[in-house]
Amino acid sequence: MNWRGKLLTFCKVTGMPVLEPFVRLAAGEDVKEQLVGISKFVLLPALAIALFIGLWSAAAKTIVSDSAQLPSPTATWNAGIELFEMHADQRQADRDAKKEKLTEAVESLAMARGFDELAAKATEEKKSLYAAEAQKNRKRAVLAANYTPSSAPTFIDQIINSLVTVAFGFLIATAIAIPIGVMCGMSPWVNAAMTPFIQVFKPVSPLAWLPIAAVVIIWAYSGTDPEDALFSKAFLTSAATVSLCSLWPTLVNTTFGVASVNQDYLNVARVLKLSWAQQLYKIILPASLPLMFAGLRISLGVGWMVLIAADMLAQNPGLGKFVWDTYQNGSSVSYARITFSVIVIGAIGLVFDRIMICLRNLVSFGDTAPA
Amino acid sequence: MSTAVLTDPKTKIRVSQSSAPQPIIQMREVCKGFGSGVTRNEVLTNINLNVREGEFLAIVGFSGSGKSTFMKLLAGLETIDSGTLTMDGQTITGPNPERGLVFQNYSLLPWLTVRGNIALSVNSVFRKWGRGERADHVEKFIEMVGLTHAAHRRPHELSGGMRQRVSLARTLAMKPKVLLLDEPLSALDAMTRSVLQEEILKIWEEERQTCVMITNDVDEAILVADRIVPLNPGPNASLGPAFTVELDRPRKSSELNHSDAFKGLRNAVTNYLVAVRQKSREDEAATTTAPKVELPDLEPLAMKLPHVSSLTAAK
Ligand SMILES: Nc1ncnc2c1ncn2[C@@H]1O[C@H](COP(=O)(O)OP(=O)(O)OP(=O)(O)O)[C@@H](O)[C@H]1O
Ligand SMILES: [Mg+2]
Repeated sequence: MNWRGKLLTFCKVTGMPVLEPFVRLAAGEDVKEQLVGISKFVLLPALAIALFIGLWSAAAKTIVSDSAQLPSPTATWNAGIELFEMHADQRQADRDAKKEKLTEAVESLAMARGFDELAAKATEEKKSLYAAEAQKNRKRAVLAANYTPSSAPTFIDQIINSLVTVAFGFLIATAIAIPIGVMCGMSPWVNAAMTPFIQVFKPVSPLAWLPIAAVVIIWAYSGTDPEDALFSKAFLTSAATVSLCSLWPTLVNTTFGVASVNQDYLNVARVLKLSWAQQLYKIILPASLPLMFAGLRISLGVGWMVLIAADMLAQNPGLGKFVWDTYQNGSSVSYARITFSVIVIGAIGLVFDRIMICLRNLVSFGDTAPA
Repeated sequence: MSTAVLTDPKTKIRVSQSSAPQPIIQMREVCKGFGSGVTRNEVLTNINLNVREGEFLAIVGFSGSGKSTFMKLLAGLETIDSGTLTMDGQTITGPNPERGLVFQNYSLLPWLTVRGNIALSVNSVFRKWGRGERADHVEKFIEMVGLTHAAHRRPHELSGGMRQRVSLARTLAMKPKVLLLDEPLSALDAMTRSVLQEEILKIWEEERQTCVMITNDVDEAILVADRIVPLNPGPNASLGPAFTVELDRPRKSSELNHSDAFKGLRNAVTNYLVAVRQKSREDEAATTTAPKVELPDLEPLAMKLPHVSSLTAAK
């Protein structure tokens, strides 16, 4: 396959039809047809976005009360830039503080050396005095060298916190849902046993789970000192809520995928007399991967959506907490910052969705899903 | 009885005649249906057949008459409801690589390449062989069906004919004692079909393993087979009389078209099939519109076939 074919396959697998007309145009295919493609996938969405921003500006001028105002697109943009600048400043300040502390450590160490030398030369009665002084300086040096800046997390830090939490919760959900789904799919008996649970718990609102998750985690942590704990309680509560909500789509899709493996593939396995494990790994799992990934895609979307709310309630560091704290803060730029967060949350959700589509397409040969 | 062909004494005699030398697969009074109670659907009834060691047997029949069901019984993928089904004197209880089935719809695993699909069979069947030996075996069969240039491709990147080649290679590579082909060529266009027909024939003439092929094309059956057995239309389908093809091998479809024996045999088989279908339609009409009325047990005119022995004698 030539470069063009490869790029086109890439567009298809990544679920990005946006790029396709450009690739074809670059390859010198019919210009008119590609222009239609470009106007459909690029110009039209751009127009829609422009229209939306126009409406938004108009709304921002109208929706004004004494205490607050709907932030305009420019205000939002500026707030976003400000958030990034604040992050950069914070990092710079942290770095400066760290540097300062390091110099302090070096100086203290030099002092300690000096006292050591003095102690070596000094007479008996002064010796212990100098030694004590040297010891004190050494301690100061160690303390200064181990300094970590403890400033409040910035917007970027909160994004990273959220990503870590959702990844953790999603991995746990996957680790639970896929094995159970495979069992349900393979055995109608297990499926019959699990169906009541799945059907009752699946539609439960995410936030109803949160107190229950919190109770379990408080119980699990009852004996441990919070300093020693690997994860904070709030983090685990958020992650567990994410898991409990994003479990179901994967579970249901895996069950369906495994149960609906083409009978012909199973017949192939039977003719070859594959063992149970071989049948599972060589036939059933590969055959159900596309549906499994379709489920994972929905799960990750649900998980990300739930995380923001869970972070707000559990006061776990993350975007949800950022939004909530900013709202409570109530300064003049609060609403602009919140609006900017909304856009960032949406963009991250979009990236997750693309990644999952891409993974799904990679495992479903010759049957790529529409984006 | 509604199936006149089944009770036709001549048929029974012919079946027992054909059981002469060394049957490798033996079917006695085999019945098969699906579902239970009111949704019960009897597909095959009273199937009697002996497949002889080393012969090429073709089963011809109309769509939906139960050909694939018949093949799945032979492969052991479905179990018989009554009767006996044995291979080398032992009851067939389940599938076995000894009876390699080429599926009607290829059934290639879409996540494996051509090589991967064939290797899966080879690795599962010849577990005791060394790694290199198995790899060589796989390459040999990829080459045999002429797919060396496409060995790294996945099924969705192949044409129908290429897929069927892979499917064939996958089954041949298992070195089955009996090769079962379920309409291997019916999904292909006429050109590809005739090319593959000759290839199958060539491979079979080298190996001479027992082969049962299902087809809906009488010409194809005559080209490849030693014997042709029609499957009457269902429900309650049974086998018709066997037609022996005594044309010299190797056969070429271009030459056959001018042979009188070929034409005669083709007419005989076709007439038989048309007649049984006509009969089954009449039976069906009789049972659905006026189920209570007793119909006289008449044979339709077209049932009067030229006798098979006279046909082969004419050659
Ligand atoms: N697993 C099954 N369960 C219920 N009915 C079945 C099953 N398999 C086949 N049948 C029925 O058996 C009959 C024969 O089916 P079969 O697939 O054997 O036909 P066929 O002769 O192979 O047709 P074709 O030429 O179209 O492949 C059909 O009426 C079908 O509905
Ligand atoms: Mg069939």
